[in-house]
Amino acid sequence: MDLFEYQARDIFEKHGVPVLGGVVATTPEEARAGAEKLGGGTVVVKAQVKIGGRGKAGGVKLAHSPEEAAQKASEILGMDIKGHTVHRVMIAAGAQIAEEYYFSVLLDRANRNYLAMCSVEGGVEIEELAVERPEALAKVAVDPAVGIDAAKAAEIVEAAGFEADVKDKVAEAIQKLWTVFSEEDATLVEVNPLVKTEQGDIIALDGKVTLDANADFRHPEHAELEDSAATDPLEAKAKEHDLNYVKLDGEVGIIGNGAGLVMSTLDVVAYAGEDHGGVKPANFLDIGGGANAQVMAAGLDVILNDDQVKSVFVNVFGGITACDEVAKGIVGALEILGDEASKPLVVRLDGNSVEKGRAILAEANHPLVTLAETMDGGADKAAELANA
Amino acid sequence: MSIYLNSDSKIIVQGITGGMGAKHTALMLDAASTIVGGVNARKAGQTVDHTDHEGNPVILPVFGTVSEAMSETGANVSVVFVPPAFTKDACIEAIDAGIELLVVITEGVPVQDTAEVFAYLEGKSTRMIGPNCPGIITPGESLAGITPHTITDSGPIGLVSKSGTLTYQMMYELRDFGFSTAIGIGGDPVIGTTHIDALEAFENDPDTKAIVMIGEIGGDAEERAAAYIKDHVTKPVVGYVAGFTAPEGKTMGHAGAIVSGSSGTAQAKKEALEAVGVKVGKTPSETAQLMREILQSA
Repeated sequence: MDLFEYQARDIFEKHGVPVLGGVVATTPEEARAGAEKLGGGTVVVKAQVKIGGRGKAGGVKLAHSPEEAAQKASEILGMDIKGHTVHRVMIAAGAQIAEEYYFSVLLDRANRNYLAMCSVEGGVEIEELAVERPEALAKVAVDPAVGIDAAKAAEIVEAAGFEADVKDKVAEAIQKLWTVFSEEDATLVEVNPLVKTEQGDIIALDGKVTLDANADFRHPEHAELEDSAATDPLEAKAKEHDLNYVKLDGEVGIIGNGAGLVMSTLDVVAYAGEDHGGVKPANFLDIGGGANAQVMAAGLDVILNDDQVKSVFVNVFGGITACDEVAKGIVGALEILGDEASKPLVVRLDGNSVEKGRAILAEANHPLVTLAETMDGGADKAAELANA
Repeated sequence: MSIYLNSDSKIIVQGITGGMGAKHTALMLDAASTIVGGVNARKAGQTVDHTDHEGNPVILPVFGTVSEAMSETGANVSVVFVPPAFTKDACIEAIDAGIELLVVITEGVPVQDTAEVFAYLEGKSTRMIGPNCPGIITPGESLAGITPHTITDSGPIGLVSKSGTLTYQMMYELRDFGFSTAIGIGGDPVIGTTHIDALEAFENDPDTKAIVMIGEIGGDAEERAAAYIKDHVTKPVVGYVAGFTAPEGKTMGHAGAIVSGSSGTAQAKKEALEAVGVKVGKTPSETAQLMREILQSA
């Protein structure tokens, strides 16, 4: 899960990373109150969107009074920045910036450890810096068993080439940012810019944090960071049932078992759609191992509530999941849904208990259900029905 | 021959008394695996009853530690079914005990835990497979994991895949040929055994004649595997990549399956593999057909 800047700021503050005052606002009135809370002086009104380039898009504005903060907030709220609607702004205290630096620590999948990146040339697009002036971006591997201790932090500031007067303060901030990464189970903590103020203080001015959803069990408080406003209603409904669902733009609903097979099913349906009016897969839905009638019904319910869906392809390879259980699930789900189930289902079953599974479906002989022999055949049939 | 696992492998199950552990202990025994015991600190001294693939009763001892289980039974493989919150400790315990092969089935392990375990492996003798994987099967000899053993028999194809169900699908498509070993390496961002590790082992296994490599969106493991194939693999390799239709920025089931910006796309992986001469199928069935043609012309 990617956090908003204001959420990153709050988490930084919790772990002792130096930040400026910041208040989130969803209305101009709240923005005014926020600016007053910060002392009534100059503030920055910043659009809260999970995408870069908001400054260029006009999503960051200076305000010299609470009234002006409210005015700027009303201009920014509701803006569209690269497809992201602005629902919140952060009112941030102003700072007199002397220097802009860059720091991040992230999971390095390729090397199976962590990577710290640091530069004395911050405030710019770091991807551009990495390409144009790679020598200006220090990259230091971090051993997951050790983390960023004082010695590692010193190594990072040395590699980045900081001036002697700020080295210690930057190293201290880096160690606190490591605490954020480690204690919050993040896969990315990025500060751009990390600034030196005219007064010589080091401050994390803008932060980006990505949290590992697998670690939610030890961070119940992370649930509050979810952006419910941005979640698709069907995705929210699927989540209530612990279903792994991603809404896409298409006509063929997909249900399968196992992430790889479901991804593959989407692709095969998209290819089949090329011969049937360009229909596309409507979603990703993995019912996981050992699905029963309830899980199947919940999955079908989500998919059938997608108005765009015209047909459904159920593609299951029974490994641990037994096909007879899946078949019972489909029959049970159609019973539970009754008249609400109105779209044709193409079902392909193979593997564990496939004969029993096919027999159950054949016996139920439901008018909406078509059995397919192969994955390719099922995809083709489902695409054809969606184009009918 | 095979890679990593054979009929001599002696397997223990960490979490043998839990629901998943008990169920899959029974299925592994059905697959002719030699299971010699299990581990659960709270149930040490107890036994669990099972039946082997010939229908004979098997009484498996439950030990308090991996180290005790190994010294009492001579086990060299451990399969881990413990819940995510305890997986890191279970792995470190097995690594400390010097287990040769550690197969971690558990899904949902925090990636920092896996990264710590991987760092801990440095300089140790243990090979880890997973987490979040179906494990490894050498058909007819042994199964350490959850792959159904009834799909196909022993044969000339080696298979390495990020995905469990796509492994089953591909074994099914090529069931008339059979497999030397099929290994599911897992869909997490950090995993113990990579495509490259498996490719190297299959290249060195005389009974593997050709290799199927299955990848999916996210990371650059397939691109790195392609570079490895170019320089080190002489056997024919056929590839498949899932997730061409995956949108950017959405996690597709597997924690590691995410397209970030322009990186990690299926198209980039396909192109990298094709650039080194690997034939890549558009679908599982087309991939199987490419392998079929290779084996029939050999």
